[in-house]
Amino acid sequence: MNKELFAYLVIACVKILLVFGTIQLMVISMIWLERKIMAHMQVRLGPMRVGPHGLLQPIADGIKLLFKEDIIPEKASKLLFVLAPAMAMIPALITFAVIPFGDKVKILGYNVDLVITDINIGFLYVFAVSSLGIYGIVMAGWASNNKYSLLGGIRSSAQMISYELTLGLSLIGVVMLTESLSLVDVVNAQGKLWNIVLQPLGFFIYFTSAIAEVNRCPFDLPEAESELVAGYHTEYSSMKFAMFFMAEYANMITVSAIAVTFFLGGWHGPFLPPVVWFMLKLSGCLFFFIWIRSTFPRLRYDQLMHLGWKFLLPLSLLNILITGLIMVIKG
Amino acid sequence: MILPLIKGLALTLRRFLNPRTCVTIPYPDERPKLSARFRGLPELQIGKDGREKCVACGLCAKVCPSQCIYVEGAEDETHRRYPKIYELDAFRCIFCGFCEEACPVRAIILRDTFELATYQNKEIFDKEKLLDLTKKRNLPK
Repeated sequence: MNKELFAYLVIACVKILLVFGTIQLMVISMIWLERKIMAHMQVRLGPMRVGPHGLLQPIADGIKLLFKEDIIPEKASKLLFVLAPAMAMIPALITFAVIPFGDKVKILGYNVDLVITDINIGFLYVFAVSSLGIYGIVMAGWASNNKYSLLGGIRSSAQMISYELTLGLSLIGVVMLTESLSLVDVVNAQGKLWNIVLQPLGFFIYFTSAIAEVNRCPFDLPEAESELVAGYHTEYSSMKFAMFFMAEYANMITVSAIAVTFFLGGWHGPFLPPVVWFMLKLSGCLFFFIWIRSTFPRLRYDQLMHLGWKFLLPLSLLNILITGLIMVIKG
Repeated sequence: MILPLIKGLALTLRRFLNPRTCVTIPYPDERPKLSARFRGLPELQIGKDGREKCVACGLCAKVCPSQCIYVEGAEDETHRRYPKIYELDAFRCIFCGFCEEACPVRAIILRDTFELATYQNKEIFDKEKLLDLTKKRNLPK
Protein backbone atom coordinates (compact mmCIF):
# COMPACT_ATOMS: atom_id res chain seq x y z
CA MET A 1 0.00 0.00 0.00
CA ASN A 2 1.42 3.39 -0.81
CA LYS A 3 2.37 5.66 2.03
CA GLU A 4 0.03 8.56 1.27
CA LEU A 5 -3.10 6.41 1.25
CA PHE A 6 -2.06 4.64 4.43
CA ALA A 7 -1.51 7.93 6.23
CA TYR A 8 -4.86 9.19 4.98
CA LEU A 9 -6.65 6.12 6.30
CA VAL A 10 -4.93 6.26 9.68
CA ILE A 11 -5.73 9.97 10.09
CA ALA A 12 -9.36 9.39 9.14
CA CYS A 13 -9.73 6.50 11.60
CA VAL A 14 -8.13 8.44 14.41
CA LYS A 15 -10.41 11.40 13.75
CA ILE A 16 -13.51 9.19 13.74
CA LEU A 17 -12.53 7.47 16.99
CA LEU A 18 -11.68 10.79 18.59
CA VAL A 19 -14.97 12.44 17.62
CA PHE A 20 -17.17 9.49 18.57
CA GLY A 21 -15.30 8.99 21.82
CA THR A 22 -15.73 12.64 22.67
CA ILE A 23 -19.45 12.50 21.93
CA GLN A 24 -19.92 9.46 24.17
CA LEU A 25 -17.98 11.14 26.95
CA MET A 26 -20.05 14.28 26.52
CA VAL A 27 -23.26 12.26 26.68
CA ILE A 28 -22.19 10.75 29.99
CA SER A 29 -21.13 14.06 31.48
CA MET A 30 -24.28 15.72 30.12
CA ILE A 31 -26.46 13.31 32.09
CA TRP A 32 -24.75 14.33 35.31
CA LEU A 33 -24.58 18.02 34.41
CA GLU A 34 -28.22 18.15 33.41
CA ARG A 35 -29.39 16.62 36.67
CA LYS A 36 -27.10 18.88 38.69
CA ILE A 37 -27.84 22.15 36.85
CA MET A 38 -31.55 21.48 36.71
CA ALA A 39 -31.60 20.66 40.42
CA HIS A 40 -29.86 23.90 41.36
CA MET A 41 -32.16 25.93 39.13
CA GLN A 42 -35.13 24.34 40.87
CA VAL A 43 -33.65 25.02 44.32
CA ARG A 44 -32.70 21.37 44.90
CA LEU A 45 -29.37 19.60 45.29
CA GLY A 46 -29.62 16.77 42.77
CA PRO A 47 -27.57 13.57 43.07
CA MET A 48 -25.20 13.77 46.05
CA ARG A 49 -24.56 10.17 47.14
CA VAL A 50 -22.53 8.41 44.45
CA GLY A 51 -19.09 9.97 44.54
CA PRO A 52 -18.40 13.59 45.42
CA HIS A 53 -21.51 15.60 44.51
CA GLY A 54 -22.93 12.57 42.68
CA LEU A 55 -20.17 12.66 40.09
CA LEU A 56 -20.29 8.89 39.53
CA GLN A 57 -24.08 8.83 39.15
CA PRO A 58 -24.10 8.27 35.33
CA ILE A 59 -21.73 5.30 35.76
CA ALA A 60 -23.92 3.86 38.51
CA ASP A 61 -26.96 4.33 36.25
CA GLY A 62 -25.15 2.64 33.38
CA ILE A 63 -24.17 -0.37 35.49
CA LYS A 64 -27.70 -0.65 36.83
CA LEU A 65 -29.17 -0.63 33.33
CA LEU A 66 -26.64 -3.22 32.15
CA PHE A 67 -27.70 -5.67 34.85
CA LYS A 68 -31.42 -5.21 34.26
CA GLU A 69 -33.43 -7.89 32.56
CA ASP A 70 -33.76 -7.27 28.84
CA ILE A 71 -37.46 -7.76 28.14
CA ILE A 72 -38.92 -8.13 24.66
CA PRO A 73 -42.73 -8.22 24.73
CA GLU A 74 -44.22 -11.45 23.42
CA LYS A 75 -46.34 -9.85 20.71
CA ALA A 76 -43.69 -7.32 19.68
CA SER A 77 -42.27 -7.26 16.20
CA LYS A 78 -38.92 -8.66 17.27
CA LEU A 79 -36.64 -7.46 14.49
CA LEU A 80 -37.90 -3.87 14.51
CA PHE A 81 -38.00 -3.84 18.27
CA VAL A 82 -34.30 -4.69 18.46
CA LEU A 83 -33.37 -2.47 15.53
CA ALA A 84 -35.14 0.68 16.76
CA PRO A 85 -32.70 1.81 19.48
CA ALA A 86 -29.80 1.58 17.05
CA MET A 87 -31.79 3.49 14.45
CA ALA A 88 -32.30 6.27 16.97
CA MET A 89 -28.67 6.38 18.05
CA ILE A 90 -26.71 6.13 14.80
CA PRO A 91 -28.05 9.18 12.89
CA ALA A 92 -27.19 11.39 15.84
CA LEU A 93 -23.59 10.16 15.72
CA ILE A 94 -22.95 10.18 11.97
CA THR A 95 -24.14 13.75 11.54
CA PHE A 96 -20.88 14.70 13.20
CA ALA A 97 -18.97 13.46 10.15
CA VAL A 98 -19.32 16.84 8.43
CA ILE A 99 -19.05 19.21 11.39
CA PRO A 100 -15.73 21.07 11.47
CA PHE A 101 -14.39 21.36 15.00
CA GLY A 102 -11.08 23.11 14.37
CA ASP A 103 -8.72 24.76 11.90
CA LYS A 104 -6.14 22.93 9.79
CA VAL A 105 -3.30 21.61 11.95
CA LYS A 106 0.07 20.14 11.01
CA ILE A 107 0.76 16.81 12.71
CA LEU A 108 4.02 14.92 11.86
CA GLY A 109 4.27 16.76 8.57
CA TYR A 110 0.73 16.00 7.46
CA ASN A 111 -1.91 18.67 6.99
CA VAL A 112 -4.92 17.51 8.96
CA ASP A 113 -8.31 19.16 8.63
CA LEU A 114 -10.15 18.98 11.94
CA VAL A 115 -13.32 17.68 10.34
CA ILE A 116 -13.93 14.02 9.55
CA THR A 117 -14.91 14.76 5.97
CA ASP A 118 -15.65 17.96 4.09
CA ILE A 119 -18.33 17.15 1.51
CA ASN A 120 -19.68 19.91 -0.71
CA ILE A 121 -23.31 19.08 0.15
CA GLY A 122 -22.74 18.97 3.92
CA PHE A 123 -25.93 20.93 4.59
CA LEU A 124 -28.08 18.40 2.72
CA TYR A 125 -26.23 15.50 4.35
CA VAL A 126 -26.98 16.84 7.83
CA PHE A 127 -30.68 17.02 7.14
CA ALA A 128 -30.86 13.75 5.25
CA VAL A 129 -29.24 11.93 8.14
CA SER A 130 -30.94 13.68 11.02
CA SER A 131 -34.37 12.90 9.50
CA LEU A 132 -33.53 9.21 9.78
CA GLY A 133 -33.67 9.57 13.56
CA ILE A 134 -37.48 9.67 13.32
CA TYR A 135 -37.49 6.10 12.03
CA GLY A 136 -36.00 4.82 15.25
CA ILE A 137 -38.76 6.40 17.29
CA VAL A 138 -41.61 5.39 14.97
CA MET A 139 -40.28 1.84 14.76
CA ALA A 140 -39.96 1.64 18.53
CA GLY A 141 -43.52 2.87 18.96
CA TRP A 142 -44.95 0.49 16.40
CA ALA A 143 -42.91 -2.61 17.22
CA SER A 144 -43.73 -2.49 20.94
CA ASN A 145 -47.35 -3.49 20.21
CA ASN A 146 -48.53 -1.14 22.92
CA LYS A 147 -51.11 1.62 22.47
CA TYR A 148 -49.21 4.21 24.47
CA SER A 149 -45.99 3.52 22.65
CA LEU A 150 -47.75 3.76 19.30
CA LEU A 151 -49.35 7.08 20.23
CA GLY A 152 -45.99 8.35 21.42
CA GLY A 153 -44.37 7.25 18.18
CA ILE A 154 -47.08 8.90 16.05
CA ARG A 155 -46.87 12.14 18.00
CA SER A 156 -43.17 12.10 17.69
CA SER A 157 -43.16 11.60 13.94
CA ALA A 158 -45.79 14.33 13.43
CA GLN A 159 -43.79 16.72 15.58
CA MET A 160 -40.45 15.97 14.01
CA ILE A 161 -41.76 16.21 10.44
CA SER A 162 -43.41 19.57 11.19
CA TYR A 163 -40.33 21.05 12.75
CA GLU A 164 -37.86 19.60 10.28
CA LEU A 165 -39.33 22.00 7.74
CA THR A 166 -38.65 25.13 9.79
CA LEU A 167 -35.32 23.72 10.86
CA GLY A 168 -34.19 23.46 7.25
CA LEU A 169 -35.66 26.81 6.22
CA SER A 170 -34.07 28.65 9.13
CA LEU A 171 -30.63 27.65 7.85
CA ILE A 172 -31.33 28.67 4.23
CA GLY A 173 -30.53 32.29 5.14
CA VAL A 174 -27.02 31.29 6.20
CA VAL A 175 -26.54 29.20 3.08
CA MET A 176 -27.62 32.20 0.96
CA LEU A 177 -25.04 34.41 2.67
CA THR A 178 -22.27 31.84 2.34
CA GLU A 179 -23.24 30.71 -1.16
CA SER A 180 -22.05 27.21 -0.31
CA LEU A 181 -23.53 24.03 1.16
CA SER A 182 -20.23 22.92 2.65
CA LEU A 183 -20.05 23.32 6.41
CA VAL A 184 -16.34 24.13 6.24
CA ASP A 185 -17.11 27.07 3.94
CA VAL A 186 -19.87 28.20 6.29
CA VAL A 187 -17.41 28.32 9.19
CA ASN A 188 -14.64 29.97 7.14
CA ALA A 189 -17.05 32.72 6.07
CA GLN A 190 -17.62 33.61 9.74
CA GLY A 191 -14.00 34.57 10.46
CA LYS A 192 -14.85 38.25 10.93
CA LEU A 193 -18.51 38.28 11.86
CA TRP A 194 -20.64 35.49 13.30
CA ASN A 195 -23.82 34.69 11.45
CA ILE A 196 -25.92 35.24 14.55
CA VAL A 197 -25.36 39.00 14.03
CA LEU A 198 -26.57 38.80 10.43
CA GLN A 199 -29.29 36.24 11.07
CA PRO A 200 -30.69 36.75 14.58
CA LEU A 201 -34.17 35.70 13.50
CA GLY A 202 -32.75 32.64 11.78
CA PHE A 203 -30.93 31.64 14.96
CA PHE A 204 -34.08 32.07 17.05
CA ILE A 205 -36.13 29.93 14.67
CA TYR A 206 -33.37 27.33 14.39
CA PHE A 207 -32.97 26.95 18.13
CA THR A 208 -36.70 26.72 18.81
CA SER A 209 -37.27 24.09 16.17
CA ALA A 210 -34.09 22.26 17.20
CA ILE A 211 -35.50 21.82 20.69
CA ALA A 212 -38.71 20.46 19.17
CA GLU A 213 -36.72 18.28 16.78
CA VAL A 214 -34.85 16.49 19.54
CA ASN A 215 -38.05 16.16 21.63
CA ARG A 216 -36.78 18.17 24.55
CA CYS A 217 -38.77 20.08 27.08
CA PRO A 218 -40.91 22.22 26.49
CA PHE A 219 -41.63 20.16 23.37
CA ASP A 220 -41.20 16.70 24.92
CA LEU A 221 -44.69 15.54 24.02
CA PRO A 222 -43.63 12.13 22.68
CA GLU A 223 -42.78 11.11 26.22
CA ALA A 224 -45.41 13.09 28.09
CA GLU A 225 -45.39 10.98 31.24
CA SER A 226 -48.79 12.14 32.42
CA GLU A 227 -50.51 11.04 29.22
CA LEU A 228 -48.44 8.36 27.53
CA VAL A 229 -46.68 6.55 30.41
CA ALA A 230 -43.26 7.06 28.80
CA GLY A 231 -44.13 7.36 25.11
CA TYR A 232 -42.33 5.32 22.49
CA HIS A 233 -39.90 3.67 24.94
CA THR A 234 -42.49 2.38 27.43
CA GLU A 235 -41.71 -1.27 26.63
CA TYR A 236 -37.96 -0.89 26.53
CA SER A 237 -35.70 -1.94 29.36
CA SER A 238 -32.05 -2.50 30.10
CA MET A 239 -29.48 -1.31 27.54
CA LYS A 240 -32.09 -0.80 24.83
CA PHE A 241 -33.63 1.90 26.98
CA ALA A 242 -30.17 3.28 27.67
CA MET A 243 -29.63 3.55 23.91
CA PHE A 244 -32.73 5.75 23.54
CA PHE A 245 -31.59 7.78 26.49
CA MET A 246 -28.15 8.26 25.00
CA ALA A 247 -29.66 8.98 21.57
CA GLU A 248 -31.62 11.87 23.06
CA TYR A 249 -28.46 13.40 24.47
CA ALA A 250 -26.40 12.67 21.35
CA ASN A 251 -29.11 14.37 19.29
CA MET A 252 -28.94 17.37 21.57
CA ILE A 253 -25.18 17.59 21.10
CA THR A 254 -25.60 17.25 17.34
CA VAL A 255 -28.15 20.05 16.93
CA SER A 256 -26.03 22.23 19.23
CA ALA A 257 -22.99 21.53 17.08
CA ILE A 258 -24.97 22.54 13.98
CA ALA A 259 -26.08 25.73 15.74
CA VAL A 260 -22.46 26.51 16.58
CA THR A 261 -21.33 25.79 13.02
CA PHE A 262 -24.02 27.81 11.28
CA PHE A 263 -24.59 30.72 13.64
CA LEU A 264 -21.94 31.02 16.34
CA GLY A 265 -18.84 31.10 14.15
CA GLY A 266 -17.80 27.46 14.48
CA TRP A 267 -14.29 27.24 15.88
CA HIS A 268 -13.47 30.94 15.31
CA GLY A 269 -12.50 32.95 18.34
CA PRO A 270 -9.62 34.98 19.75
CA PHE A 271 -6.75 33.83 22.05
CA LEU A 272 -7.80 30.25 22.74
CA PRO A 273 -7.13 27.36 20.31
CA PRO A 274 -9.98 26.64 17.83
CA VAL A 275 -10.98 23.27 19.31
CA VAL A 276 -11.39 24.86 22.74
CA TRP A 277 -13.56 27.58 21.25
CA PHE A 278 -15.72 25.00 19.54
CA MET A 279 -16.19 23.05 22.78
CA LEU A 280 -16.94 26.23 24.72
CA LYS A 281 -19.65 27.30 22.30
CA LEU A 282 -21.05 23.78 22.24
CA SER A 283 -21.21 23.70 26.03
CA GLY A 284 -22.95 27.08 26.00
CA CYS A 285 -25.64 25.74 23.67
CA LEU A 286 -26.08 22.60 25.77
CA PHE A 287 -26.37 24.70 28.91
CA PHE A 288 -29.12 26.65 27.19
CA PHE A 289 -30.98 23.39 26.49
CA ILE A 290 -30.86 22.46 30.17
CA TRP A 291 -31.73 25.98 31.21
CA ILE A 292 -34.84 25.93 29.04
CA ARG A 293 -35.83 22.51 30.28
CA SER A 294 -35.70 23.55 33.91
CA THR A 295 -37.72 26.71 33.28
CA PHE A 296 -40.63 26.09 30.93
CA PRO A 297 -43.68 23.86 31.24
CA ARG A 298 -44.63 21.48 28.43
CA LEU A 299 -46.76 22.77 25.55
CA ARG A 300 -50.12 21.25 24.71
CA TYR A 301 -50.19 19.27 21.47
CA ASP A 302 -52.30 21.76 19.48
CA GLN A 303 -50.16 24.64 20.76
CA LEU A 304 -47.12 22.79 19.50
CA MET A 305 -48.60 22.41 16.02
CA HIS A 306 -49.81 26.03 15.98
CA LEU A 307 -46.37 27.26 16.94
CA GLY A 308 -44.72 25.14 14.26
CA TRP A 309 -47.00 25.72 11.29
CA LYS A 310 -48.59 29.11 11.96
CA PHE A 311 -45.76 30.99 13.62
CA LEU A 312 -42.31 29.55 12.96
CA LEU A 313 -42.86 28.46 9.35
CA PRO A 314 -44.08 31.89 8.10
CA LEU A 315 -41.37 33.54 10.16
CA SER A 316 -38.65 31.43 8.57
CA LEU A 317 -40.01 32.23 5.10
CA LEU A 318 -39.99 35.91 6.05
CA ASN A 319 -36.39 35.53 7.18
CA ILE A 320 -35.43 34.15 3.77
CA LEU A 321 -37.30 36.99 2.04
CA ILE A 322 -35.59 39.69 4.10
CA THR A 323 -32.17 38.08 3.62
CA GLY A 324 -32.76 37.91 -0.14
CA LEU A 325 -33.95 41.54 -0.34
CA ILE A 326 -30.94 42.85 1.57
CA MET A 327 -28.58 40.78 -0.58
CA VAL A 328 -30.15 42.19 -3.77
CA ILE A 329 -30.03 45.79 -2.50
CA LYS A 330 -26.41 45.44 -1.39
CA GLY A 331 -25.57 43.72 -4.65
CA MET B 1 -45.12 36.66 24.52
CA ILE B 2 -41.35 36.66 24.72
CA LEU B 3 -40.92 38.85 27.81
CA PRO B 4 -42.46 36.43 30.35
CA LEU B 5 -40.26 33.67 28.94
CA ILE B 6 -37.17 35.81 29.52
CA LYS B 7 -38.36 36.63 33.03
CA GLY B 8 -38.68 32.92 33.77
CA LEU B 9 -35.21 32.22 32.42
CA ALA B 10 -33.77 35.05 34.53
CA LEU B 11 -35.33 33.59 37.66
CA THR B 12 -33.93 30.09 37.13
CA LEU B 13 -30.51 31.56 36.32
CA ARG B 14 -30.53 33.60 39.53
CA ARG B 15 -31.34 30.46 41.53
CA PHE B 16 -28.59 28.55 39.73
CA LEU B 17 -25.95 31.21 40.38
CA ASN B 18 -26.84 31.44 44.06
CA PRO B 19 -26.68 27.90 45.47
CA ARG B 20 -27.42 29.14 48.98
CA THR B 21 -31.11 29.41 48.11
CA CYS B 22 -31.21 25.60 47.94
CA VAL B 23 -33.83 24.16 50.29
CA THR B 24 -32.83 20.48 50.25
CA ILE B 25 -31.19 19.10 53.40
CA PRO B 26 -28.74 16.22 52.82
CA TYR B 27 -30.57 14.43 55.63
CA PRO B 28 -28.46 11.82 57.38
CA ASP B 29 -25.36 14.06 57.12
CA GLU B 30 -27.16 17.17 58.17
CA ARG B 31 -30.06 17.25 60.64
CA PRO B 32 -33.11 19.34 59.93
CA LYS B 33 -33.82 22.25 62.24
CA LEU B 34 -37.07 21.34 63.95
CA SER B 35 -39.32 24.00 65.40
CA ALA B 36 -40.00 24.01 69.14
CA ARG B 37 -43.57 22.96 68.44
CA PHE B 38 -42.59 19.96 66.29
CA ARG B 39 -44.78 16.94 67.05
CA GLY B 40 -42.64 13.82 67.27
CA LEU B 41 -43.10 10.78 69.47
CA PRO B 42 -44.95 11.50 72.77
CA GLU B 43 -42.62 11.15 75.75
CA LEU B 44 -43.49 10.65 79.42
CA GLN B 45 -42.03 13.43 81.56
CA ILE B 46 -40.17 13.03 84.84
CA GLY B 47 -41.05 15.13 87.88
CA LYS B 48 -38.78 16.76 90.47
CA ASP B 49 -38.92 13.66 92.68
CA GLY B 50 -37.36 11.61 89.86
CA ARG B 51 -40.54 9.67 89.17
CA GLU B 52 -42.97 9.89 86.30
CA LYS B 53 -45.32 12.86 86.42
CA CYS B 54 -48.21 10.78 85.11
CA VAL B 55 -51.10 10.24 87.53
CA ALA B 56 -52.84 7.62 85.36
CA CYS B 57 -56.05 9.61 84.96
CA GLY B 58 -56.57 8.04 81.52
CA LEU B 59 -57.55 11.27 79.76
CA CYS B 60 -54.88 10.75 77.11
CA ALA B 61 -56.20 7.29 76.31
CA LYS B 62 -59.73 8.70 76.18
CA VAL B 63 -58.93 11.59 73.84
CA CYS B 64 -56.59 9.65 71.54
CA PRO B 65 -58.33 9.45 68.11
CA SER B 66 -56.33 6.42 67.00
CA GLN B 67 -56.67 4.74 70.39
CA CYS B 68 -53.01 3.94 70.61
CA ILE B 69 -52.57 4.60 74.36
CA TYR B 70 -53.34 2.03 77.05
CA VAL B 71 -53.08 3.09 80.70
CA GLU B 72 -53.60 1.00 83.80
CA GLY B 73 -53.29 2.97 87.02
CA ALA B 74 -52.30 1.91 90.53
CA GLU B 75 -51.68 3.52 93.90
CA ASP B 76 -48.45 3.38 95.87
CA GLU B 77 -48.07 3.35 99.71
CA THR B 78 -48.30 7.18 99.90
CA HIS B 79 -51.59 7.02 97.98
CA ARG B 80 -50.05 8.66 94.94
CA ARG B 81 -51.53 7.38 91.72
CA TYR B 82 -49.07 6.18 89.09
CA PRO B 83 -49.39 4.22 85.84
CA LYS B 84 -48.68 0.54 86.42
CA ILE B 85 -48.85 -0.04 82.69
CA TYR B 86 -48.48 2.71 80.13
CA GLU B 87 -48.28 1.57 76.53
CA LEU B 88 -48.11 3.65 73.38
CA ASP B 89 -48.50 1.90 70.04
CA ALA B 90 -46.13 3.87 67.80
CA PHE B 91 -47.61 2.12 64.78
CA ARG B 92 -51.03 3.64 65.38
CA CYS B 93 -50.01 7.02 66.76
CA ILE B 94 -50.83 9.85 64.36
CA PHE B 95 -48.83 12.50 66.27
CA CYS B 96 -51.87 14.73 66.70
CA GLY B 97 -50.84 15.96 70.13
CA PHE B 98 -54.29 15.60 71.70
CA CYS B 99 -52.80 13.60 74.59
CA GLU B 100 -50.48 16.50 75.37
CA GLU B 101 -53.41 18.91 75.31
CA ALA B 102 -55.60 16.70 77.47
CA CYS B 103 -52.99 15.93 80.14
CA PRO B 104 -53.74 17.88 83.35
CA VAL B 105 -50.19 17.52 84.74
CA ARG B 106 -48.17 17.93 81.51
CA ALA B 107 -46.84 14.40 81.91
CA ILE B 108 -46.85 13.58 78.19
CA ILE B 109 -45.24 15.88 75.65
CA LEU B 110 -44.57 15.38 71.94
CA ARG B 111 -40.88 16.06 71.36
CA ASP B 112 -38.56 15.81 68.36
CA THR B 113 -38.10 12.01 68.03
CA PHE B 114 -39.16 11.18 64.50
CA GLU B 115 -36.87 8.34 63.34
CA LEU B 116 -39.21 5.48 64.20
CA ALA B 117 -38.55 2.98 61.43
CA THR B 118 -38.29 -0.62 62.65
CA TYR B 119 -37.91 -4.12 61.26
CA GLN B 120 -40.96 -5.41 63.14
CA ASN B 121 -44.56 -4.91 62.12
CA LYS B 122 -45.37 -3.94 65.69
CA GLU B 123 -43.82 -1.36 67.91
CA ILE B 124 -45.17 -0.66 71.34
CA PHE B 125 -43.42 1.83 73.60
CA ASP B 126 -44.02 0.84 77.21
CA LYS B 127 -43.55 3.07 80.23
CA GLU B 128 -39.83 2.35 80.61
CA LYS B 129 -39.07 3.16 77.00
CA LEU B 130 -41.12 6.35 77.06
CA LEU B 131 -39.38 7.49 80.25
CA ASP B 132 -35.97 6.55 78.86
CA LEU B 133 -36.46 9.01 76.05
CA THR B 134 -36.78 11.81 78.60
CA LYS B 135 -33.95 10.46 80.76
CA LYS B 136 -31.59 10.44 77.78
CA ARG B 137 -32.57 14.03 77.07
CA ASN B 138 -31.77 15.08 80.65
CA LEU B 139 -28.30 13.53 80.58
CA PRO B 140 -25.49 16.08 80.40
CA LYS B 141 -24.00 16.06 76.90
